[in-house]
Amino acid sequence: MIEIKSISKRFGKLQVLNKVNLECNRGECIALIGPNGCGKTTLIKSILGMVLPNDGEILFKGKSIKQDFIYRSEIGYMPQIGRYPDNMTIGQVIEMIKNIRQHKGSYDEVLYHQFILPEMLNKRMSTLSGGTRQKVSAVLAFLFNPDVLILDEPTAGLDPLAAEMLKEKIIAEKQKGRLILITSHQLSELDDLISEIVFMNEGQVLFHKTIDALKDETGEARISKAITKILKSRVV
Amino acid sequence: MSRIIRFIILDILKNRIVLVYTVLLAAFAWSAFSLEDNSSKGTLTLLNIILLIVPLVSILFTTIYIYNSAEFIELLVSQPIKRNKIWISLFAGLSLSFVIAFLLGVGIPLFVFADPNIAIMMTTIGSIITMVFIAIAFLSSILSRDKAKGIGVSISLWLYFALLFDGLVLFLLFQLAEYPIEKMMVFLAATSPIDLARILILLQLNVSALMGYTGAIFKDYFGSTLGLLVAFLLLLIWVIVPFLFSLKIFKHKDL
Repeated sequence: MIEIKSISKRFGKLQVLNKVNLECNRGECIALIGPNGCGKTTLIKSILGMVLPNDGEILFKGKSIKQDFIYRSEIGYMPQIGRYPDNMTIGQVIEMIKNIRQHKGSYDEVLYHQFILPEMLNKRMSTLSGGTRQKVSAVLAFLFNPDVLILDEPTAGLDPLAAEMLKEKIIAEKQKGRLILITSHQLSELDDLISEIVFMNEGQVLFHKTIDALKDETGEARISKAITKILKSRVV
Repeated sequence: MSRIIRFIILDILKNRIVLVYTVLLAAFAWSAFSLEDNSSKGTLTLLNIILLIVPLVSILFTTIYIYNSAEFIELLVSQPIKRNKIWISLFAGLSLSFVIAFLLGVGIPLFVFADPNIAIMMTTIGSIITMVFIAIAFLSSILSRDKAKGIGVSISLWLYFALLFDGLVLFLLFQLAEYPIEKMMVFLAATSPIDLARILILLQLNVSALMGYTGAIFKDYFGSTLGLLVAFLLLLIWVIVPFLFSLKIFKHKDL
């Protein structure tokens, strides 16, 4: 569904992405992991067209995303730090995005109700806590039944209850056959969510494996332990 | 596009600064006309407001507003909208708000007190000057990621166009008094939107004593009607060129 063909990106002298190749298909739930500053967010932003790669191309459903913008109507994006116009209320932000996207089908309002947003519609964005902003971002990402969900650190800042709701929602979407891309540092959270793992370091993909293969290779039942084992063996 | 413009205008209105700006302009304009015994003196007072305060408020507010909307722009870019559309909508939203503020604040008293021809001229020029400085603010805020730097550049540009430019012209005039510098002076006037606006309004007012050196040459060089037209076109170029530059940069910007 998304094909990334050897994209590179430089910010000044810093090579953030170095010939990254990646293929993501329908029904997969892929975790993008790696140390801070390894290019995860830049990769995600390149897929969204927010960062324009210096080299290489990205195909969405077989079509290059360069000069295209309509493909983004099939993507739900939850940014790492969702910041919104301070003067708008929650209700207005949701209304605005609905208005801009001109979505034809039905809305997915499960999270909207679970997070009890209807009671907070009149709160201004500037008065919200970081967690509540994250909730708004999550609701917006899932609202339009997108084929692809891109979640950048989705559970960071959410309270345990909300994080659990979000995880359940992600699992439900995965079962509907959507493609889900998650970046996260909390490996323990990913255990029951993901089907594949992409490990990045210094702008390159170190490995891209399914969870089952990873667990078989390492003989570990938990993702966090399996990853540590692989990394240790590479260093040695 | 109109949907995004609507949201931006609503956002700006909630900011209240535009409302304060409108009220201040109105207070200035009404008192200028009420305190002077004839309307042409009031018009001249207003001219100075148009040439100093309007550019300052437009350029400063726009620069700060664009920096503060960084997240909003980021949010829109991740949605299925063309980048062009976002940037043009921002420009249209800001321009509309400030032009309307200007028309309400200065336009109404002008049409009440002044000669209709002059009123039309001044409101048109004031609106274009507003847009010129909004366009310049777009350019200076996209050139740097650092807010303090961007605001600094904007203030410096305003300072240059509003105050330093006149000094520069005078300096050149005295230094080069022995040479035929008329053509150069016309060219110089074209490099400052505020000077162009002043020439346009003064040509209309027919007060050559206040015209300044560049204005006098402009009138001499072009004759009234042609001079008006050329100055007008140059002013429009001052809106279009900075904005197109900023648009070009925005299209390739990493957010």
